[in-house]
Amino acid sequence: MSDAEMLSPERRTLLSRLSLALGTVAAALVGVPVVGFLLAPLFAPIAQKWRTVGTAQSFQKGETVEVRFEDASPVAWAGVTGQTAAWLRCETDGSFKAFAVNCTHLGCPVRWLASAELFMCPCHGGVYYKDGTVAAGPPPHPLIQYQVRVRQGQVEVLASPTPIT
Amino acid sequence: MRILRTVWEWFDARTDASKMIGPIAKHPVPRNTGWMYVFGSATLFAFLIQVVTGIALATAYVSSAGQAFQSLSWITNTAFLGRLLRGMHYFGASAMVLLVGIHMIRTFLTGSYKFPRELNWVVGVLLLGLTILMGFTGQLLRWDQNGVWSTIVAAEQAGRVPLVGHQLARFLLGGQTVGGATLSRFFAYHVFFIPAIIFAMVGLHVVLALRHGISEPPSANRPVDPKTYRAWYEDMLHREGVPFWPDAAWRDAVFGLLVVACVVFLAWKFGPPALTSPPDPTIIQAYPRPDWYLLWYFAVLAQLPHGTESVVIVGAPLLAGVCLLVLPLVFNRGQRAPSRRPWAVASVVLIVTGVGVLWYQGEQSPWSPDFNAKPLTGAVAQGSPEVVQGAQLFHNQGCEYCHTIAGNGGKRGPDLTAIASRLTPQQLTLRILNGGNNMPAFASSLKPDDVTALVAFLNTRTLGDGASGGASQ
Repeated sequence: MSDAEMLSPERRTLLSRLSLALGTVAAALVGVPVVGFLLAPLFAPIAQKWRTVGTAQSFQKGETVEVRFEDASPVAWAGVTGQTAAWLRCETDGSFKAFAVNCTHLGCPVRWLASAELFMCPCHGGVYYKDGTVAAGPPPHPLIQYQVRVRQGQVEVLASPTPIT
Repeated sequence: MRILRTVWEWFDARTDASKMIGPIAKHPVPRNTGWMYVFGSATLFAFLIQVVTGIALATAYVSSAGQAFQSLSWITNTAFLGRLLRGMHYFGASAMVLLVGIHMIRTFLTGSYKFPRELNWVVGVLLLGLTILMGFTGQLLRWDQNGVWSTIVAAEQAGRVPLVGHQLARFLLGGQTVGGATLSRFFAYHVFFIPAIIFAMVGLHVVLALRHGISEPPSANRPVDPKTYRAWYEDMLHREGVPFWPDAAWRDAVFGLLVVACVVFLAWKFGPPALTSPPDPTIIQAYPRPDWYLLWYFAVLAQLPHGTESVVIVGAPLLAGVCLLVLPLVFNRGQRAPSRRPWAVASVVLIVTGVGVLWYQGEQSPWSPDFNAKPLTGAVAQGSPEVVQGAQLFHNQGCEYCHTIAGNGGKRGPDLTAIASRLTPQQLTLRILNGGNNMPAFASSLKPDDVTALVAFLNTRTLGDGASGGASQ
């Protein structure tokens, strides 16, 4: 190859940088939509929906029962995982409290012991009183509460995102 | 045979395959590497088992939150060889975790991470992390009760990361709740993302091993000096090296076959982990636990001092990872022989013993309430009507979930078999009403008569026959 046909060092440097830049642009054209798609759940508005869990008369005063309802952001293919639950307490004055079933330690499902009026977590032994405050064990916070309202005789719980404490 | 040879020669003439693979297969390695050097290749064999069985399982597994459980049940209970295949995938994962750990310990104890193989150690540490991630995401793909709740536990732990914890948790869940998007994400992580990174890392690991050569067995008389090591190593290989294939590779083949045979046998004998209930988040009677290789971490989380969880959950893995990654950068020269590195040996003994003890603790889980405790019967619950009532209350009030009496009940709280020999009725009453020492107070949930009956029952629990007597008033 003659000297005339050889690229100058400056031109080679330019072409190298140009090739790398074009590759970066191509990667960005593919990568930005992919990353955006994967990160989309982080930017979605908080989904909250009122779900009816029963008539006010169907809950006995002083009792705590599990109520099941559709979660706030179900997708068509979720199947049973589109359902969620809460512990609903009907106070002696007729008002209601709804507790998340998730232990605030690590999110395991707490069980209600009606006779002892305690919530107990099977994973690491967290215990809560009937008002959701911590009674024993490692939980750092009281049970998370959902908003509850009674409309036209129906008890409604505000279905919310899975609590992350 | 002649046809095969002709086909191979035709293929080789056009691809130069023998010229490419031959030098790699026959590259010189130190003499006397022995059986201690088989664990790396065995880990690769285990990974290949995972790839092959995983691809087969993926042909039938439906990665939809609403149908994954049913498809896995079908694979396990109906499909031809499905149970065996799932079992192989499970025991292959177990083998991979075990072997990568042994390989790492061997590399550490023989100082093989020192110059010039520092980067290979770093890649190995990343592969260890990826292996654990594969194990965890694979457990979630069972998508039964345990899978769903383990996902929530994982998100909860991610949520402890400062500043971006909640975003990280949402990213893991693929949304704001466990649902349709969650399983699809974990399926993609488990089947595409993480294996792709593992393939790349394994490739780099092997390339680096070929580039720097397999470390020779350590000798106390030969500390590593980065200035002279390369020349010495090349000279040693030139003088006494042997070709990897077949002089050293036969041991890898023998041990690899042993690993594969063990995996198949265990899968045939014990089958895959049983699927629990369907993945319905409204079924509260769940007890999410990790697979055996993370049980020790499960135990750590249970025994952390109050208020330190967030620091440990985030800080401990970070600190461990950083320590492992910087290890070869800080200690890249000097002695390799275990006999001259007592601190290295001691640290391995300490870590292995610690993980072993924690694993046993995780297996026993004494901190978990025993919800299956049966009501007390027989001699334990006999006596006056008040005592009998107290024994019933001991079960009904959940005391028995945390306390053992005569071998029945949980182990979260103290054993109360002979509690009357330690506490008076007044002390028992105070303890029941006020709680304390990690015990709930029962003052608001027990009637006075119930407290009296409960104390009467507990007061029968002495070191003697347990049916009468009690502590002095």
